[in-house]
Amino acid sequence: MSNKKIKIILNGVKTACDKDDTVFNAAKKAGVFIPTLCHDMRLEPYGACRMCSVEVKGVSRLLPACSTPVSEGMDVRTESRTVKRVRKRLVSLLLSNHPNDCMRCETSGACKLQNLAYEYKVDGMEYGGERWKLPIRQANPFIVYEPNKCIVCGRCVRICNEIVMAGTIDFTGRGFNTVPDTAFRVARTLSICEFCGQCVSTCPTGALTDKKARGKGRVHEMKRVKTTCSYCGTGCSFYLNVKDDKVVRVSSDFFGPVNQGDLCVKGRYGYDFIHSRDRIKTPLVKRGDKFVKTSWDRAFAIIASNFEKIIKRHGSDSVGAFSSSRCTNEENFLLAKFVRTVFKTNNVDNCARV
Amino acid sequence: MASTNTVRKPSVKNLTIKVCVGTGGLAAGGQEVMNAFSRKLRALGIKADIAKKCVKKTGCRGCCSKDVLVDVRMNGNSATYQHISRNKVERIIQEHIIDGNIVKEWLVGPEYHAFHDRKIKILLKQCGEIDPEDIGDYTSSGGYKGLKKALSGNPSSVVNVIKKSGLRGRGGAGFPTGLKWEICSNEESGQKYIICNADEGDPGAFMDRSVIEGNPHSVIEGMIIGGYAIGAGRGYIYIRAEYPVAISRLRIALKQARKKGFLGKNIYKSGFDFDIRIKEGAGAFVCGEETALMASIEGQRGMPRSKPPFPAQKGLWGKPTIINNVETLSTIPHIISNGAKWFSSIGTKNNSGTKIFSITGKINNTGLIEVPMGISLREVVYDIGGGCPQNRELKAVQTGGPSGGCIPASLIDMPLDYDSLSSVGSMMGSGGMVVMDDTTCMVDMAKFFLEFTQNESCGKCLPCRVGNKRLYERLKKITEGRGKKGDIEFLLSLADDIKITSLCGLGQTAPNPVLSTIKYFRNEYEAHIFEGRCPAGVCEALRQYIVKAEVCKMCGKCFKECPAEAIAWEKKQPAVIDKGKCIKCGRCFEVCPFSAIK
Repeated sequence: MSNKKIKIILNGVKTACDKDDTVFNAAKKAGVFIPTLCHDMRLEPYGACRMCSVEVKGVSRLLPACSTPVSEGMDVRTESRTVKRVRKRLVSLLLSNHPNDCMRCETSGACKLQNLAYEYKVDGMEYGGERWKLPIRQANPFIVYEPNKCIVCGRCVRICNEIVMAGTIDFTGRGFNTVPDTAFRVARTLSICEFCGQCVSTCPTGALTDKKARGKGRVHEMKRVKTTCSYCGTGCSFYLNVKDDKVVRVSSDFFGPVNQGDLCVKGRYGYDFIHSRDRIKTPLVKRGDKFVKTSWDRAFAIIASNFEKIIKRHGSDSVGAFSSSRCTNEENFLLAKFVRTVFKTNNVDNCARV
Repeated sequence: MASTNTVRKPSVKNLTIKVCVGTGGLAAGGQEVMNAFSRKLRALGIKADIAKKCVKKTGCRGCCSKDVLVDVRMNGNSATYQHISRNKVERIIQEHIIDGNIVKEWLVGPEYHAFHDRKIKILLKQCGEIDPEDIGDYTSSGGYKGLKKALSGNPSSVVNVIKKSGLRGRGGAGFPTGLKWEICSNEESGQKYIICNADEGDPGAFMDRSVIEGNPHSVIEGMIIGGYAIGAGRGYIYIRAEYPVAISRLRIALKQARKKGFLGKNIYKSGFDFDIRIKEGAGAFVCGEETALMASIEGQRGMPRSKPPFPAQKGLWGKPTIINNVETLSTIPHIISNGAKWFSSIGTKNNSGTKIFSITGKINNTGLIEVPMGISLREVVYDIGGGCPQNRELKAVQTGGPSGGCIPASLIDMPLDYDSLSSVGSMMGSGGMVVMDDTTCMVDMAKFFLEFTQNESCGKCLPCRVGNKRLYERLKKITEGRGKKGDIEFLLSLADDIKITSLCGLGQTAPNPVLSTIKYFRNEYEAHIFEGRCPAGVCEALRQYIVKAEVCKMCGKCFKECPAEAIAWEKKQPAVIDKGKCIKCGRCFEVCPFSAIK
C-alpha cells in the first residue's frame, strides 16, 4: 500500500485520502456514512447491491462507492437527490421480493434491510409481481436457511469461497431466480460444509440464522459479553449473547484483533458445555476411589504442597507441565514462565506441538 | 451425336462447384447437395478424388433466405443457383455442365444481387468463396500475409496502424481498438492474454457465426497479430457451444495453422510464440460481457465484476487481457495488409470501415450484409432488404439486439454508425437488426426483449435482477389489458434508475427497448392502457373480434365453429359476436371464408 495522498471532493469538502482507497473507505475515514448491504470489510469489494451508489461529477451513471477507486480531484456526492431517490428505489425493489414478516423474524432489530427500509420509508408494495416461495432449508444441526429472506448480496457465497475456502454454496439459477444454495440444492452435510457459520455471521438479513439460537431471543434482549474462545490457542474473540443468564448464541467480534469476526464451528457453535449438567464447576479432590468437591483455595494448597514434596525429594526435573492448546497464548506463556521460575525446570510442553 | 443411352463425360478441368454449407446452408440441405454433386460426377466416370476437388464447400454468403446457394464455374463463366436441393442436382449437371446451357429458372434473382454484390466488402468477401476447412484456399487468397507484414515490424507499429485506421470495437460499445491495445501493450507483465469474444447471444444476430464458419483463419490471423501487438503469448476463443459447425471449423483451422507454423513457437522466425485455445461457453448471454466472459474461462460462474480495473490492466487470471469481438479481429489482417489509410477511407469520420448487419424480422430478404459505416437505414431496409413483405408499412427497426432500442420509420434516413445510433436511444450492438412492420405491437416487442434480458440476467446486481423483472411484469400486465394510469410513468422512472445503477452493460442497456418504444410509440402504450386495444392486433387479451356486417355473407360458419357459443346468427342475418361470452380464441376469424371478421 502506498501512502501517497490524493485529494477528492467529498460532498463539497476537500478530503485527503490514500491513493489506494475506494470511495467507500475514503468516506468512512472522513466520517461520511454510506449505506451498504453487500459489503463486508472481510471480503473483496463486490458491487452487487448498489446501495452504496454515489454521484461522481462527469459520470452519467452512479458508481458503487465500495468498488470504485478514488482519483485525484474526484467530485463525489453521497447524498444527492438522485442518490437518495435511487437508494429508495433499491430498498423498495428488495422489499418487493421479501416476506416482510419482521414481527416474527429472528434477525429483527439487527437486520440491515429493516434499518434501510425504516430510513427510506418504503415497503415495496407498489410493484406487486412475483415473490419467491422457496422452502426453508434446515436439514442440518446448525444453520437455518430461509431463501425467501435472501437479498442475494452474495456475502455468504463469498465468505465461503474467499475466507473459509470451503465452496459449500454458490449462486444457483439465473435472473430473478438467482439464489445462493448448495450444489444441486442438497442438504448441508459434513462432507460439503464445515458448519463454521461464517455465512450466518455475514448475512445482513434473516436469511441465514443459527439453528440453536432460534426462538431464544432477539438482539435487543441480549447482553453481549466479549470473551476469548477457549478451544485452541489462536485466541479468537467473540461475544457471548446472554439472555436471562443463559448463553444462547455466539456472535462475531468484527474488530477482534486475531480473527476479525471469523470463527470456526467449535467457537461459534460449541457452547453447549456452558450449561451442561455434566460440567465440572468446582475443583475435585480424590478421596479413596471418589472425587470430592472442594474450594479453589483448598485445591491449590493441596497441589502446591504435593509439588513441593516431590521437588524436595526428587529434584526439579522430576516434575513438569503440559498445557492445553485450548488455553490462550497468554495462558500458555504464563504456565511456561511458572514452570521455569517456580519449578525451576524446563519440562514444559504443549499438546499443539505434537 | 450423343445417343440417349451414353452420357458424355463432362470436362472437369475448369469446373468448380461451390456449395454453401454455413449453418443456414446445412440446414437447407447443403451437405446433401454436395454429396449429390460428387456422386453424380462419379457416376459420370470422373475419378473420386477429382470429383472431390471440383465440389467445394464455402461458408455463408449472407443471403440465407435463398439457401442452398450453388456456384457453378466453368471455363471462366460463373452462374449462381438458388434454392438447390438434392433432386435438382441432376438437371444442373446435365444441362449446365454437360450441355453448357445454364438452367435459367433456378438462377438467383435481383434480390440476391442487391444483397451480395456490394461494392465494398472486407470480411464477407472471402466468406462465400473459400473453403473454410482448407488453409490453402485462405493463403492463396492473401491470407496470413498481414501476419507476415505485422511480424516484420515491431509491435508498437502494429498498434499505431490500428490506431490510425480508426477501427472501433465491433462488439457493440465501439471502443477504439487501437487505444485498447495501446493501454494493454503499455502494461508490464510476464503474461498477457488476447481473447476472441465469439459468444454471440443477441436474438437474431449471426454475424460472428458466419464469419467463423466461412473464414475461420481470418479470426485466427487477427488474434495472432493482436497477440504480437500487445505481447500476449496465449489466446482464447470463447465461443458458444450452440455453434457446433463454427467450433469444428475453428478446430480444423487451428490444427492447420499449427501445422503450417502460423501458431506455435517462433512464428515466421520472428521469435514470437503464440497459441490459441478454444473455450466453449455454456449458454449464458451475460458471458458476452467481458468480465463475465473471463470469469467463465477461469471456471467460475459467469458474472461480471466492477470496472476498473479494466481487463486491459487486470484481466484473465489477473493479467492484462484484450478482449475483441470476432468481427474486429477478422478485420485486423485486412488493415495490416492494406494500410490504415485504406481502411479509414471507407465509412465516415470516426466510424471507419464496414459493419456486418444481420437483418431479420418482417423484411423480404433476410440475411447478412456488409455495408460501409454511415450507410442510411433506408438503403439497408429498402435497397438491400427489399422492404417489408406484402408491401406492408415499415414501423420500426430494432438495432443492437435486446440492449438496443427501436428506431421509428420516421428516422429512416439516419446514418448507421455508432454515434448516430446512440443519439437516437439505440446502439450499434453487435449488428443485429430486427425489422418490424405495422403488424408488430411495440409494447409486445419491448416485453419480448425484456423477457429475454431478465431471464439472462446473471442475478448479481439488484437493479438488473429485480428491477428488470418488475419492468417485464408491468409490460406483461399492459399487454394483458390490465394496465393502469401511471404505468407509463412507472416504467420510465424504473427504467431510468436501472440504467444508472446496474453493474454491467446488460443491466444498463436492458431497459432501452422500453425507453425507446415509449419515446417513439407512446400512443401505442396509451391505446393499450386507456382504450383497451392493441393497435397492431397482437396482444391477444386486447383483441376484439367483430363481424363486419357489410362483408358478412351470412353463411353461419362462425356460428357453428364458435366453442363458446358467443356468436348469434340466424339465416339471412349477419352474425353478431357477444363480447361478454367471447373467449378470444380466434376460431371465427380463422374459419370465415370471406374475411368478414376482424
